[in-house]
Amino acid sequence: MLSRTADNLFWIARYMERAETMARLLEVGARIALMPSAGDGYRNEWDSLLRASGTAAGFAAKYGDPVQRNIESYLFFDRDNPSSVASCIEQARENGRIVRTALTTQVWDALSTASQELRQLERCERSSLELSQLTEWTMRQTAMVRGAIDTTQLRNDGYDFLGLGYALERADNTARLLDVKYYVLLPRVEFIGSGLDNYQWQTLLRALSAHRAFHWAYGGDITAGKIAHFLVLNPQCPRSLLTAIGAAMGHLDRLSRGYGHSTEAQARARVILGELGELAVEDVFDEGLHEFLTRFIREVGDLSGLVQGAYLSGEAR
Amino acid sequence: MAIPYFNEMYQNDQVRPLYARLEDWTRAMPAELRQMKQAEAEALFRRIGITFAVYGEGGDPDRLIPFDMFPRVFTQTEWRKLERGIKQRARALNAFLLDVYGRGEIIRAGRIPARLVYQNEAYERAVAGFVPPRGVYSHIVGIDLVRTGPEDFFVLEDNCRTPSGVSYMLENREIMMRMFPALFRENRIEPVDGYPDLLRRTLASVAPAKCEGEPTVVILTPGHFNSAYYEHSFLADLMGVELVEGADLFVEAGFVWMRTTQGPRRVDVIYRRIDDAFLDPLCFRPDSMLGIAGLMDVYRSGGVSICSAPGAGVADDKAIYTYVPEMIRFYLGEEPVLQNVPTWQCGKSDDLKYVLENMTELVVKEVHGSGGYGMLVGPRATKAEIAAFRDRVAAKPGNYIAQPTLALSTTPTFVEQGIAPRHVDLRPYCLVGERIELVPGGLTRVALTEGSLVVNSSQGGGVKDTWVLAE
Repeated sequence: MLSRTADNLFWIARYMERAETMARLLEVGARIALMPSAGDGYRNEWDSLLRASGTAAGFAAKYGDPVQRNIESYLFFDRDNPSSVASCIEQARENGRIVRTALTTQVWDALSTASQELRQLERCERSSLELSQLTEWTMRQTAMVRGAIDTTQLRNDGYDFLGLGYALERADNTARLLDVKYYVLLPRVEFIGSGLDNYQWQTLLRALSAHRAFHWAYGGDITAGKIAHFLVLNPQCPRSLLTAIGAAMGHLDRLSRGYGHSTEAQARARVILGELGELAVEDVFDEGLHEFLTRFIREVGDLSGLVQGAYLSGEAR
Repeated sequence: MAIPYFNEMYQNDQVRPLYARLEDWTRAMPAELRQMKQAEAEALFRRIGITFAVYGEGGDPDRLIPFDMFPRVFTQTEWRKLERGIKQRARALNAFLLDVYGRGEIIRAGRIPARLVYQNEAYERAVAGFVPPRGVYSHIVGIDLVRTGPEDFFVLEDNCRTPSGVSYMLENREIMMRMFPALFRENRIEPVDGYPDLLRRTLASVAPAKCEGEPTVVILTPGHFNSAYYEHSFLADLMGVELVEGADLFVEAGFVWMRTTQGPRRVDVIYRRIDDAFLDPLCFRPDSMLGIAGLMDVYRSGGVSICSAPGAGVADDKAIYTYVPEMIRFYLGEEPVLQNVPTWQCGKSDDLKYVLENMTELVVKEVHGSGGYGMLVGPRATKAEIAAFRDRVAAKPGNYIAQPTLALSTTPTFVEQGIAPRHVDLRPYCLVGERIELVPGGLTRVALTEGSLVVNSSQGGGVKDTWVLAE
């Protein structure tokens, strides 16, 4: 297939996954803002959220102080923010339009419905929209697109580029969300293990729709160790780093089988997956969770770069 | 001014036989059902993604071209004559192109002024002397026809470069068959859905000499911001070929390659939907972001075919149009089956005088204009519009031609109040490669506004399914 087509498919998936993460991040922020504040109050938390989503500078330039309403607008509606839910959904749809014929009618319907409903939301009075409505709407749309892909797309190389986009974006996003909680949200080190700490973990799990799943898997108190295990190393958790890299590996293996040759991307993915597979949660904390996550995010970035070079850029020979 | 228009369904208050079944069909359809069907058609078009963005108009980027469910019908006899005329014209236009990029016999014979050809903006010096595979320049010839009476068809213009709209011909039929299957059982209608396959075969038949094995055909689009992008991707899909942009192609070792996930793959035939000027920045416009550097060198050395061939535009210029009947006589030794519309060249002083004096009666067009822009319909224009246009013509007469306001035929069309006659034209798509092919049908465009004679979709025109009845 054309490299550009593969690139468009890859980015449809990445943007949809990113839209979902952005909505989940907004939910984390909103829930935390509801509780009696520690540290510097709600401003601090929203500010952390902006930093976690990598949009702090853009927000400050446009709005100044982090006020909740503005942050919601910026992260959900603002087209000037390339990572806002609205920007991501429009980008996904535009990428889809370019490769319209590589998508099934159902997938195209789901993408274009998301974009049409988004325009309706934009026309609504902002005060009539609850944040939870917006985040739930986003998750519904992203689930529709993903469901349509899973049930209707032909399992050819195009499917693998969609799958790779989802897997790599998810690996990156889970690592970032976890890092937000551990490194950014908790204001000072003495809060670790406190009621606030505990509440924040719960919020994070809720935002990942994984609160119940966590209890099934672990039971008892929520601890940093259990959560890190759940989100990094547990192959049952659909958002864990191990699951995401495993999925990326699967798609890369299918590509190398189909194309009859392997690239650096397969080799690198195998190294990352191998490391995760042998890791114990203690190793993660020995390295430092933040340090580990920072390194992991960089490695996923490198892997994306290799996928880009091997398949999407058109430079492959 | 009351012009007696030819109504294709009724003649002397009698329904012409070819429309008889359609009359029964409309009688049996209550207004509510019609509205429901209309809504259904619109939903189908939206789902498929057929939209039409008009350059520079802003507004809804996903605008639909209005679809009228009332089909337009031709008999087999009518069609045979059209087919003969269209194929004749397509042959003559290609012979003309081969000639003017070669020895220029028609000019030496004094049948066409040299100035009109060699000083034409569309004349490409870069390909003079080069003979494309099978000597074909224009592989898809769109010929715009209007009708003024039972036997009277006129060619309004020729499109030798990249005529668009064929996706509507195909989709209109598809949607009609889906919504009204009974109509297709009752009427024996020639199919048009073989077009994409014929197009692919036509393109493959002009593969360059250096091509070995099955030729790789691609469609080259300016990109997804282009108003015809839908059509490009639709055709690529139905033909099973790749839809590429300039950046997907590169030139190396005397061939053109496309960038794929499995490395470079050689391209043999490019059906381009971009203008000559944007094909190759080394040869034409250095500022073009759309083209492929070095493409023309590969083309001239027989490494790739470009369809339509660069330079084909010189044959469909409005100033050249007047001479097409002459081409038919000169190259084919035949009399033209289809007539031209009488045309005044404002560049000639006698003609200019006549045009300026009779502007209220005439249609005046810019020579290089298209899409219904830069044109004046005299009988429908206000005094101020005419005055303004007269100044423009007087300032640059060579840029304008004029034609009588034709009494365009009408066909019944669904309008808000029911059914009413609306003016139509017809664009069939003739394919020229190893053979000359024409699918029985074309795109009928309809001016939806009462009394309007402008059918262009950019000016609010709609489209209809076009039937050719089998014997």
